[in-house]
Amino acid sequence: MNGIHDLGGMQGLGPLIREPDEPVFHEEWERRTFACLILTLAGGQYTVDELRHSIERMDPARYLSTPYYEHWLHSAEDLLDKKGVVTREELARRAAEIAARGRD
Amino acid sequence: MKHEHEHTQPPSDPALRIKALESLLIEKGLVDPGAIDELVDIFEHRIGPRNGARVVARAWVDPLYRQRLLEDGTKAIAELGITGLQGEDMVILANTPQVHNVVVCTLCSCYPWPTLGLPPTWYKSAPYRSRVVIEPRKVLAEFGLAIAPEVEVRVWDSSAEIRYLVLPMRPDGTEGWTEEQLAALVTRDSMIGTNVPRVDAAATGRGK
Repeated sequence: MNGIHDLGGMQGLGPLIREPDEPVFHEEWERRTFACLILTLAGGQYTVDELRHSIERMDPARYLSTPYYEHWLHSAEDLLDKKGVVTREELARRAAEIAARGRD
Repeated sequence: MKHEHEHTQPPSDPALRIKALESLLIEKGLVDPGAIDELVDIFEHRIGPRNGARVVARAWVDPLYRQRLLEDGTKAIAELGITGLQGEDMVILANTPQVHNVVVCTLCSCYPWPTLGLPPTWYKSAPYRSRVVIEPRKVLAEFGLAIAPEVEVRVWDSSAEIRYLVLPMRPDGTEGWTEEQLAALVTRDSMIGTNVPRVDAAATGRGK
């Protein structure tokens, strides 16, 4: 599909920034997102093509302004909800519980 | 006090979201918590560009291996025990005095995981993906790589199926070096094509 992910040849997207000796992951949430996505993919919850398609349907402004692994997180949440495996309601409820625990 | 500070350090949005998702996946028996740590360990410590460097060094010292590598990349790489996810269909791009190859994934982040590990952030970034296909020489110059005008630059766009590995040219002045010494010269960027192996870089410990 034609969309914001199709970046080849676009201009004005800013300077190329490289980080010397960059770590594989920068933050713990990136590690967990990577692993959860690969394990659910291996477990047959979705295919690579479904994941890519889900990322390609992201809101364009959000696609460009979010870190890479947030795209993965988006696609896992999106597809698991659509398939009824983990619904958005369950996710919101669990996130609220975890946030509340963190404040105790 | 705690109540007053409850909004000063909230978990960042994706951090909270993945915690919620992970806990639900574990609860539903869809993900094994031990497997999460194992997978992270594999990609942080066991898979990376050192694998690809072994492939390149072998191709430099063994002309028959080089031939097999160019004919069937996946099979020749597997000879060294290197296989796995996102490396199922490998195509090797040999640099020559006439042609310099460089790899991108304009649509996403496709990259040969078994030989190079997970891609650096710049490879997945909008500036690299958008620019390297229209002004490759300028982008390569930003990596410190000047390509002579008479050398053709070929940019290869990866797909979900085919993954590329650049086979750089063996640097001059490495006659008689062991395979291990040669592998130490081969940087990640030289196998993406955004740089080339340099004898001086290895000698001074500059690996990237």
